[in-house]
Amino acid sequence: MLKKGSLKQILLITDGCSNQGEDPVAVAALAREQGVTVNVIGVLEHDTIDEQGMQEIEGIAAASGGVSQVVYAKQLSQTVQMVTRKAMTQTLQGVVNQELQQILGKQTSMEELPPEQRGEVMEVVDELGETVELEVIVLVDTSASMKYKLPTVKEALLDLSLSLNARMGENKFSVFVFPGKKKDVEKVLDWTPKLESLSKIFPKLTTGGITPTGPAIRAAIESFEQKRSLRSLLTRDEQYYEESGM
Amino acid sequence: MNNTMKNQACKVSPGTVITGKWHNHSYRIVRELGNGANGIVYLADYQHQQVAIKISDNSMSITSEVNVLKHFSQVQGSTLGPSLLDVDDWIRPGQIKPVPFYVMEYIKGETLLSFLDKRGREWTAVLCLQLLSDLDRLHQEGWVFGDLKPDNLMVTGHPPRIRCIDVGGTTLKGRAIKEFTEFFDRGYWGAGSRVAEPSYDLFAVAMILINSAIPKRFSKSGNTRGIDQLSQVVKTNPDLQKYEKVILNALGGHYKTAMDMRRDLVDATSSLNIKSRSDVNQRGTKPVHHQKITRAKRKKRSHIGGALETFLLLFIVLFGYILYLYGQL
Repeated sequence: MLKKGSLKQILLITDGCSNQGEDPVAVAALAREQGVTVNVIGVLEHDTIDEQGMQEIEGIAAASGGVSQVVYAKQLSQTVQMVTRKAMTQTLQGVVNQELQQILGKQTSMEELPPEQRGEVMEVVDELGETVELEVIVLVDTSASMKYKLPTVKEALLDLSLSLNARMGENKFSVFVFPGKKKDVEKVLDWTPKLESLSKIFPKLTTGGITPTGPAIRAAIESFEQKRSLRSLLTRDEQYYEESGM
Repeated sequence: MNNTMKNQACKVSPGTVITGKWHNHSYRIVRELGNGANGIVYLADYQHQQVAIKISDNSMSITSEVNVLKHFSQVQGSTLGPSLLDVDDWIRPGQIKPVPFYVMEYIKGETLLSFLDKRGREWTAVLCLQLLSDLDRLHQEGWVFGDLKPDNLMVTGHPPRIRCIDVGGTTLKGRAIKEFTEFFDRGYWGAGSRVAEPSYDLFAVAMILINSAIPKRFSKSGNTRGIDQLSQVVKTNPDLQKYEKVILNALGGHYKTAMDMRRDLVDATSSLNIKSRSDVNQRGTKPVHHQKITRAKRKKRSHIGGALETFLLLFIVLFGYILYLYGQL
């Protein structure tokens, strides 16, 4: 039996390569160690993302066990919810696989089970995905080139909250932008179950400056940690789940 | 998560034989049928029978879909999804990871919109009525279809019957809708939540009616409320005006069950037929044109006049007959 902890995700929305601070791929790898996945969405308008930017986007997701996708701004809404859902299932599958290995004692993953049993395990994963508590930190790139994409980003995030709030489990959101007004990263929305409140903040955002992706991810991880220590949750090895006596 | 990489794992050329690791059945690929976010569907040959086979690199989504199809097969007489025939893994030569696939009944036919193009829009209502009956059965079993759209609907056989081919979005009632397409999603239009409930599917049915009349899907305009924009579209389109009441009720989430919507759609279609034949307004439907009311009223008045005439005539004849009888005495 799994007792539910919470699922921690960072959703990074950007349109290019970082150019300030530490390597975001390394910070993403660090995130994974702390039980946080980083999902990356590259947004295009009429421009393209260069080879280096592409590599970084895929690299961040891969290093943290997250999902990445590059889309045109028009398709952003659908992509954001798809990526979030996919990453949730992926993480939960990882957790369930770990459980399976403990129960069956060997290197067994879901894919290696006969199709019939796989179906039963999948129902457990589905059930968890529906009921687990989800914490999402949204990191929005506000460098100059993002200026005209921000209204679309806002729409997509409102749409995401619509999808996630349809779940039975609880959600908590927080929004950071980078670069901030004075610092590399700035928190614009503190933990809240209602992502809708960001529609008031978004029009006030200014764009311009550098792209400190690495420091932004680090700040997000720390925001999770603060929260965790406040509630004195979970040990290091069991980031998502505690085992109950059952 | 590169798309080209994703497709390579399940891209198979015609003639390839796929053999399952667990159940050892062999399928010979004939051609590609469709290509979606979660994999590719091929037509295949199994012991001289045509079957459809879905191959994906995503074991999770395949397993989810199989679970739904299994539940469907337990519903008596259900024709909603294709029936499930086999689930297995394929050890593809030169690849380490087994490729998951499942085999289902091949539903031969055309997608809804191309059928309507060929056979005429008068089929729209009939097929939607069939769809609503099927949805009602599905809802009663505790499921919501989710990603309902013309592309997922096939019209097959003689007489034509509507079938759903992609169950990827099918969700247990009360949970969050798994998969959707913006144009058919009530969340996108700001008309409600993405919680799986019958009214979610019924909104999509209304959008299918709209999409059948206006094949080019339009997007939300920033200025007006989505629901206002849609009702404006319905009111100004001559093909949709006749279904106005049903569509607006479904868009507004006023139908609790598919049967409620079906009843109103039946009413709308029958009043339509009578109207086109004799121009008499039916009970229950709101008159659209002012002219029609007066015409209908006039008709009603002349009906009453007619009855009076007949009665008078009968009376005179009868009176004459009595006079005649009297004269005989």
